[in-house]
Amino acid sequence: MKFKVNGEDVYASTGGRPFDKNKPLIIFVHGSGLTHMTWVLQTRYFAFHGYSVLALDMPGHGLSGGKSLKSIEDMAEWIGKVIDSVGYKEASLVGHSQGCLVTIECTSRYPDKIKTLSLMGGAGAIPMNPELLSLAENNDPKAVDLMMDWAHGPAGHFGGHPVPGLYHINTGTMLAKSRTIQNTLGVDFRACDNYKNGFEAAKKIKCPTLSILATDDKMCPVKEGKKLAALIDGSQVDIIDNCGHMMLLEEADRVLKVLKKFITSNYPPKI
Amino acid sequence: MSDKKKEISPKTYKFDTLSLHAGYQPHKNAGSRQVPIYQTTSYLFDDVDHAAALFNLERGGHIYSRISNPTVGVLEERVASLEGGTAALATSSGMSAIFLTVMTLCEAGDHLVVSSQLYGGTVNLFRLTLPKFGITCTFVKPRDTEGFKKAIKKNTKGIFGELVGNPGNELMNMPDVAKIAHDAGIPLIVDATYQTPYLCKPFEHGADIVIHSLTKWMAGHGSSMAGILVEGGNFDWMQNDKFPTMTTPYEGYHGLSFAEEFGPTAFTMKARAEGMRDFGPCLSPQNAWNVLQGIETLSVRMKKHCSNAEEMVKYLLAHESVAWVSHPSVPDHPDHELAKKLLPNGRGSMIAFGIKGGKDAGVAFINNVKLASHLANVGDTRTLVIHPASGTHSQMDEATLKFAGLSHDMIRLSVGIEDIDDIKNDFEVGFRAARKPRLVSNQ
Ligand SMILES: Cc1ncc(COP(=O)(O)O)c(C=O)c1O
Repeated sequence: MKFKVNGEDVYASTGGRPFDKNKPLIIFVHGSGLTHMTWVLQTRYFAFHGYSVLALDMPGHGLSGGKSLKSIEDMAEWIGKVIDSVGYKEASLVGHSQGCLVTIECTSRYPDKIKTLSLMGGAGAIPMNPELLSLAENNDPKAVDLMMDWAHGPAGHFGGHPVPGLYHINTGTMLAKSRTIQNTLGVDFRACDNYKNGFEAAKKIKCPTLSILATDDKMCPVKEGKKLAALIDGSQVDIIDNCGHMMLLEEADRVLKVLKKFITSNYPPKI
Repeated sequence: MSDKKKEISPKTYKFDTLSLHAGYQPHKNAGSRQVPIYQTTSYLFDDVDHAAALFNLERGGHIYSRISNPTVGVLEERVASLEGGTAALATSSGMSAIFLTVMTLCEAGDHLVVSSQLYGGTVNLFRLTLPKFGITCTFVKPRDTEGFKKAIKKNTKGIFGELVGNPGNELMNMPDVAKIAHDAGIPLIVDATYQTPYLCKPFEHGADIVIHSLTKWMAGHGSSMAGILVEGGNFDWMQNDKFPTMTTPYEGYHGLSFAEEFGPTAFTMKARAEGMRDFGPCLSPQNAWNVLQGIETLSVRMKKHCSNAEEMVKYLLAHESVAWVSHPSVPDHPDHELAKKLLPNGRGSMIAFGIKGGKDAGVAFINNVKLASHLANVGDTRTLVIHPASGTHSQMDEATLKFAGLSHDMIRLSVGIEDIDDIKNDFEVGFRAARKPRLVSNQ
């Protein structure tokens, strides 16, 4: 569906069900240069099982209008406004990669609004490889190719997509190239590289938190994910073997199972 | 992270590796190194929730082998990876891949612009069968790039062509035709059966959907019928209102908007969820496996096909019994330069040549070669020949033959990967018979 935040069009997938304000809200926040489509194997399930879902396209990404936001802090503020704009007082957040930085920052700023926080392939900081950052800022498609290489584990590199007939690396590449690389990936990578408040923000988080990490994640290694999780009171950690940074697609079923258990027990659906 | 000065480059697997490995992980299949043949019609649901989730496309997985099958899925991912596509849907034959593509794209009342040099079966589909479904076509000669533009109407939903038309070996200027299609907000669909992704990756030249008859070079062994459609993932279905069943909540699939939910894989998702569900031309797991065996050696075979073809072109050009030779590697072929650009790894293994002595000579040649197989197929590892004027098109008069790009003296040759000397020796026998056709018995 489309709605407005700060006067700009925002697109969000509602998971294939009409948006229903009477149901608890889960907001999904994608990673650098990507779109709402990375969440398709989680969102539809929740939408069909008692939740209202918004898998957002961040400003300037996917089908949303406006320009890409330049800092993680601005993105966190913006998520707060999304919740207001759709007429909710509270929501659960799910983030992937850069989306983890955004949701950590958002949860620390709005402790009353955020009811649960789920982090996929998250870390307290995501310093960028300078060469990758520069390629993305210079609109070089090689930035996408490198990201797809590093972001995928064996499932991505060999294949074996949970949805029959889909090929991970090329699908990811097309998502990341769907808008101008320097305006999406370039701005996002810079925002990640600049963001230093992750560990401080994490210490302030009081809501139930889940981290899903993957053994073959080269972008946000397990070690970094655990460091972050250790700072969040009572946070749960789930580690997936033989899987890369794109766990939400590479091991979509496993991610959904863990997420389902965590969200339904801490923020029950309305059926 | 690292601040080493060495230039970084992606280490994603390359073509030859993908042709052996893409789409399959042994550790998820009992360690079986070879792809297992999942000879089953249906798949257990964990519980009712799982069943509902699969039907609602909430989760990925298999329900029923008409819709998808794990062995077929490996083939689909493998071809998608080789083409540089986001997704693929394998079908029971090349024809059904073309039909499903059209039915996913078009509705009654829609129109397609189609290259006139196509496989004969495809011409029949577009000219005679699709009009029965209310889908009409305008044929344009492949070299008439501007003609494609002129033929586009308000209800045109795509342009369809083969890169190298058969049997005339005329090239369609794919990059230019792609631009025409995209300026009109419609996709370009390319049947790349004759090229395979080893010779040409149409997505790199602007195509949006690629089709293969896998029956041919991709499998190579001539044992199994199969087809596939592959999606490039770059076409924006939402740029206009031409494709409502892709872009708006679609009654045909529980109110799903394929383009919004599945973006770069929307077309394949719809072709499977709707097309395969309702028309059902699914590929058998055994045939998928057979085709996979062929794809493992695609590069090696295509190199030999092309080098043998170039040798045969030289041999035929120099031969006293040959009137003319058509192959894009011949320097005076009208598309020689375009072929160099679009087919840098080789110009393919389909040759057409004219035999001196016309129809009778053609008959004698075909009846006397022994190694080359006389049959109605192309792209086998074995050398194949056919004389259209006396066989497949024998009912046509001179004028009709000409319209179809054929002539009485034309022999179509699909060069195999046998030893080149053996192919030439066999042809010598054929040519000798052709020089005195009436003296040689037809057995
Ligand atoms: C270029 C081309 N496309 C499509 C087809 C149809 O494929 P199939 O015979 O697998 O149905 C053929 C078959 O000869 C072909 O040559």
